[in-house]
Amino acid sequence: MSSLFTYTLRIADSSLILGQRMSEWCSNGPTLEEDIAMSNISLDMFGQANGFYQYAAQLDGTKSADELAFRRNEREFFNHQLVEQENGNFGTTMVRNFLHDVFNFLFYTELSKSKDETLSALASKSLKEVKYHLRHSSNWLIRLGGGTEESNTKVQDALEELWMYTGELFEMDNLDTELLNNGIAVDNSALKLEWDIMVNKTLVKAKLTRPEEVYMATGGKKGLHTECLGFILSEMQFLQRAYPDAKW
Amino acid sequence: MEENVTVWEVFIQSKNGLAHKHAGNVHASDKVMALDNARELYTRRNEGSCIWVVKSEYIVSSETEDSEAFFDPSNDKMYRHPTFYTMPEGSKHI
Amino acid sequence: MNEKYFQERIDAEKKIEPKDWMPDDYRKHLIRQISQHAHSEIIGMQPEGNWITRAPSLRAKMILLAKVQDEAGHGLYLYSACETLGISREKLVQQLHEGKAKYSSIFNYPTLSWADMGAVGWLVDGAAIVNQVSLQRTSYGPYSRGMVKICKEESFHQRQGYEIMAEMAKGTAEQKAMAQDALNRFWWPSIMMFGPQDSDSPRSGNAMKWKIKRQTNDALRQDFIDKTVGQAEVIGLTIPDPDLKWNEERQSYDFGEMDWEEFWSVVNGNGPCNKQRLAHHKKAYDQGKWVRDAAKAYAKKQELVAN
Repeated sequence: MSSLFTYTLRIADSSLILGQRMSEWCSNGPTLEEDIAMSNISLDMFGQANGFYQYAAQLDGTKSADELAFRRNEREFFNHQLVEQENGNFGTTMVRNFLHDVFNFLFYTELSKSKDETLSALASKSLKEVKYHLRHSSNWLIRLGGGTEESNTKVQDALEELWMYTGELFEMDNLDTELLNNGIAVDNSALKLEWDIMVNKTLVKAKLTRPEEVYMATGGKKGLHTECLGFILSEMQFLQRAYPDAKW
Repeated sequence: MEENVTVWEVFIQSKNGLAHKHAGNVHASDKVMALDNARELYTRRNEGSCIWVVKSEYIVSSETEDSEAFFDPSNDKMYRHPTFYTMPEGSKHI
Repeated sequence: MNEKYFQERIDAEKKIEPKDWMPDDYRKHLIRQISQHAHSEIIGMQPEGNWITRAPSLRAKMILLAKVQDEAGHGLYLYSACETLGISREKLVQQLHEGKAKYSSIFNYPTLSWADMGAVGWLVDGAAIVNQVSLQRTSYGPYSRGMVKICKEESFHQRQGYEIMAEMAKGTAEQKAMAQDALNRFWWPSIMMFGPQDSDSPRSGNAMKWKIKRQTNDALRQDFIDKTVGQAEVIGLTIPDPDLKWNEERQSYDFGEMDWEEFWSVVNGNGPCNKQRLAHHKKAYDQGKWVRDAAKAYAKKQELVAN
């Protein structure tokens, strides 16, 4: 397996799993307008996942994009643990997405400068969508943080709960470093400073308190996950697994 | 029953240079949300390049009962239309 | 006087607009019909939403989600049209939750396999489109304009369903069996979507006179059946009606007797999913209350700051 293949797969996996989570909101949103908004975000994430899987499939040469998405096991998925976390209430979802949207915004901004032309093109396209996602989640954080006492408590609780999954976003392993040195990958650790500034700014506007530094979860890059992922995959992959000979 | 949410009228400019056209309405509690909701609902198929939203309560409409008084008087003012005028034969670019 | 002028405008194919005078019964009929239509779009998100997280390919996932999302959008267009008659969306939702407003019975049937996504798109959307195309000419302006927009957007819905059925019908033996099973379960409920036979349809009279409805239940049903039989043949599936046969004289298909006992039983709340569908909607609505309250509270605070 080439490093570039694995690197591409990691990006695709995070997009797919977040898209899957967002699609669970369909027909469950707090308003109809918001239901539509969340479906749009989900569709953007699936579109991004599809683009990166197509590229990974091309690099791999033996598996299709769908096989990559639907025929790998928990230990072979490399998404951030943050995106597999349960939707919880609407506030939990907005906090999770906000933390990831800020990262994605910074990540795709850098990846669009990659020497790998395909990654760069996919990143530029994704960046446009992510800018809107960030606007959406930030505005909701500000509304919920500044709304009622109940809503402020709910999003503050979600922030405390999810904070431990943010450390992983900035990790670099050997594979990242190797591709960084080739001008292909993004230096995740260098995004942390700007991420902190952007997150802090919105938290102030949203009347929320930045959580204390806590123990940070890790493992996504190695295919180590929380228990959430197994359930996501068993549901998502059901048909492909139950009817391995069928085409859909 | 829940308190009603503010209704906003949505106007979409489909292409740069064209006029904004009424598309429908959305519910939203604030103006940023109104703009976002309008974007989600009315531009899913690449229909827009600019969106206006305005609270429905600010729209003032003429009444159907008044329509004769409002609009008939302009019926007989043909001199507002270029075809009303007779141009000398052979004249061009006018 | 008003009533006579109103009917003259209707007969002249003029649209009635929100501020125009209209008979109370016309307004009531419209509110009932449009809200039922809106609720159907919204409740209709559930049987298909049921399969979004299990769709078998990236493409299928995106298509299905986009389609269900369209249904939410179409529900919104219709609620908007209904609001022009002087009733709020909040009130309409309340009527749904209290069981005072209905939605199409078809959505009280469960979706049990992936082939049901095909059957629902092909048959249920197909039937809905026949009805909606006809309603583009309805006499109430906002309803008619909503229908025009909906018809334009829904044109891909039926095709995606038929594509799923076609793919499965030519797939493995298991897939073909699933497709036939889905057709068997959805055929009769789909043709009953057009409502009771004209002879048993109490409200049709005024609705036709006022041009709210443009074609009768039976005419629309026949149109749908005539369109669909050939489509089933092309993909090699069998419509579960032994009495179905071409009538040369009528240039239409004759078809068997519908099970009206089942129809009325589902309408009256005893379908397989009536309770779940409503409970699902209520739950989402109740769970969203704190969000809506927060957004309103935030907006009020912003206005105070601005003033």
